[in-house]
Amino acid sequence: MRHLRAAVAILILVWALPAASALNIFACTPEWGALAKELGGAKTNVYVATTALQDPHRIEARPSLIARARSADLMVCTGAELEVGWLPLVRTQSGNARIQSGQPGYFEAATHADLLEKPARLDRAAGDVHAAGNPHLHLDPRNIARVAIAMSERMAQLDPRQSAQYREGAKAFLDRWQRAIARWEKAAAPLKGFPVVIHHKNLSYLIGWLGMREVGALEPRPGLPPTAAHLNELLARLARDPAKAVMRAAYNDPRPGDWLAGRARIPSVVLPYTVGGTEVAQDLFGLFDDTLARLLEAAR
Amino acid sequence: MHRSTLCAMALAVVWSAPLPVRAQGAELSMIREEIRQLKDAYEKRIQGLERRLAEAESRAGKTEHDAARAATVVAHPGARAGGENAFNPAISLILQGTAARSSQDPETYRISGFAPSGGEIAPASRGANLGESELVVTANIDPYFRGLLIAALTPENEVEVEEAFFQTLALDHGLTLKGGRFLSGIGYQNEVHQHSWDFQDAPLAYKAFLGGRRNDDGVQLKWVAPTDLFIEFGAELGRGRSFPSTARSRNAAGAWTVFAHVGGDIGTGTAWRAGLSHLRTSPRGRAFEDADSLGNPVTQSFSGRSRLWIADFVLKWAPGGNAAKTNFKLQGEYFRRREDGQLSFDDTARAAPRFGAVLSDTYASLQSGWYLQSVYQFMPRWRIGYRYDRLNFGRVDNGIVANGLGPTAGDFPLLMSDHRPARSTLMFDWSPTEFSRIRLQLASDKSRVGLTDHQALIQYIFSLGAHGAHRF
Ligand SMILES: [Zn+2]
Repeated sequence: MRHLRAAVAILILVWALPAASALNIFACTPEWGALAKELGGAKTNVYVATTALQDPHRIEARPSLIARARSADLMVCTGAELEVGWLPLVRTQSGNARIQSGQPGYFEAATHADLLEKPARLDRAAGDVHAAGNPHLHLDPRNIARVAIAMSERMAQLDPRQSAQYREGAKAFLDRWQRAIARWEKAAAPLKGFPVVIHHKNLSYLIGWLGMREVGALEPRPGLPPTAAHLNELLARLARDPAKAVMRAAYNDPRPGDWLAGRARIPSVVLPYTVGGTEVAQDLFGLFDDTLARLLEAAR
Repeated sequence: MHRSTLCAMALAVVWSAPLPVRAQGAELSMIREEIRQLKDAYEKRIQGLERRLAEAESRAGKTEHDAARAATVVAHPGARAGGENAFNPAISLILQGTAARSSQDPETYRISGFAPSGGEIAPASRGANLGESELVVTANIDPYFRGLLIAALTPENEVEVEEAFFQTLALDHGLTLKGGRFLSGIGYQNEVHQHSWDFQDAPLAYKAFLGGRRNDDGVQLKWVAPTDLFIEFGAELGRGRSFPSTARSRNAAGAWTVFAHVGGDIGTGTAWRAGLSHLRTSPRGRAFEDADSLGNPVTQSFSGRSRLWIADFVLKWAPGGNAAKTNFKLQGEYFRRREDGQLSFDDTARAAPRFGAVLSDTYASLQSGWYLQSVYQFMPRWRIGYRYDRLNFGRVDNGIVANGLGPTAGDFPLLMSDHRPARSTLMFDWSPTEFSRIRLQLASDKSRVGLTDHQALIQYIFSLGAHGAHRF
């Protein structure tokens, strides 16, 4: 009985330990990690679970992610089933009640933006379709602004003592972001109607924002690797409806895009896709600066 | 021990009740209001931007793409479809089957030198064979619990409950409690669902020491340490309904396990996990049929203590951690089992028994086994894998033979064959998507003393419905 009492006392002590002063944030993808850092600054510890060179559809529930999720106060993820292959396991195995569904510690960016390409009919015969709509929403900077507002609100809710700082962080970020959007939209004027071939539907929001035109995709169906037959068919299509560039994310396999670009004699453009995808794209501003620079270079 | 475990669990459940928000209410609502104003102001700016963009677009003339885009834009995702079906759990269905050839009859499969484990451990039956079709149903029950059922429809037209458990979501502090029937957390492969295995069948060590895999009825408590390195401890109390235990009518647990896992990353490309597990049980009358040296049927039965240790590790690598194109997996486990107790030898069921009475004496064994396997995805969709299995007969002290009660070692062909079973398996699979897989597997199996079984099979695995998450 004495052992039991000691065990209970230790358990109560552990439970009553004050939470660490900084907000622990687990970001599923680099863009939301970068945004959390912009908003929270020194008030947050941000752990980013994946890199820009990893296919976000193909992440595994590795032990390090469970360990980091265990101590997270806030988990910021994309949602819309982008993380469906690993996140549910990480959350249930973490033993962390704060990040479960319906808790304020679980934040999904996709619930704060209007999703494109929501399939009218759900059938995997159409490929590995994203049932809730296209989840790669961060490449429209206006979505980043929408998510920033909701995320700072959530941070203030979870860490009320620092709420003034989150509010200031959000205000400062949104001011800079607003000016940056104006700058980007002005610079990107030559890209309106610019016809491109994409690898995966992970660049749809960028295309939509800049008014570019998607001529085709290297993937025969979403999520299926490009095949020789499909690439040849696409090449034939480009003869009738020419594209001016092939675009892919830094994590996509370079070979199919390079092959098609070589045959069609158009540039093959590698975009950072998210923060960390290229040398320049080290934060959200750099991400769009570099994306536009690379596209404008191809459009020249 | 039992009482304190129960108390700890009860306390844990009490603590899982929602806590009052510690924030100062007034301050919080003021902040919310300010942020809402900020949001409204910003939304107006965004709308202004969108309007200007739309005007610019209409001036430039609408493209085909824009029309398509407008058609796919939906109402705010916050507005979801309602109705009674809205709370339906996630359902998925696994379809699988094999077509197999083998030089030895799978019906007579045995692992010489090891007590039969009673599980479904024989290689795939010859010819075309339906595998188990699995129905997986899972959902959050409420904010505190999650539930899961996996029912297997066997090719013999029976339904088996593979897993049916609840799991806590709200215990917090790294604790998770599971109850019902579930795959035990011991070893590495044990918790991996059969349709996610890298080979069609289980490693020999799993077949010999756990009857293929362990899914007991009971409770499991796990704790994840609050460290950046993954450290996890777990314990299970179970009924002990299957090998190496025997199901008994008893007011106590029939088997218990403890396990610890450690894991982490090396750079961005490599992830690993290592573990150590222990299973302890006391089987009573664990009986099996064998044939004596003259080929007459005898029943042997073991009662005593069984203790199993498992050391496991798994390492996964992909260039830059991007598994989409190529990736590599190395996995190995070592099993060591010690059993001691009483063994009985009974040939009285025969019309003319050789020994006339049930013989019983002490029995002790120390046996081990291991496997090492690796799988390499050399291009998208294609993987190749190799597995080597080995069991060590070890040391068996059989009192019936040693004390000259009559039967000799030759009368225990299963238990006393000093044999080191081994197997080599080569696998080649093609996965058009993550929902379908077709596999070719070749094996040279020396489970039976003096015989080599050459096996070849083609297997299909398809999964329909909800996209399940895969374990590491
Ligand atoms: Zn996608």
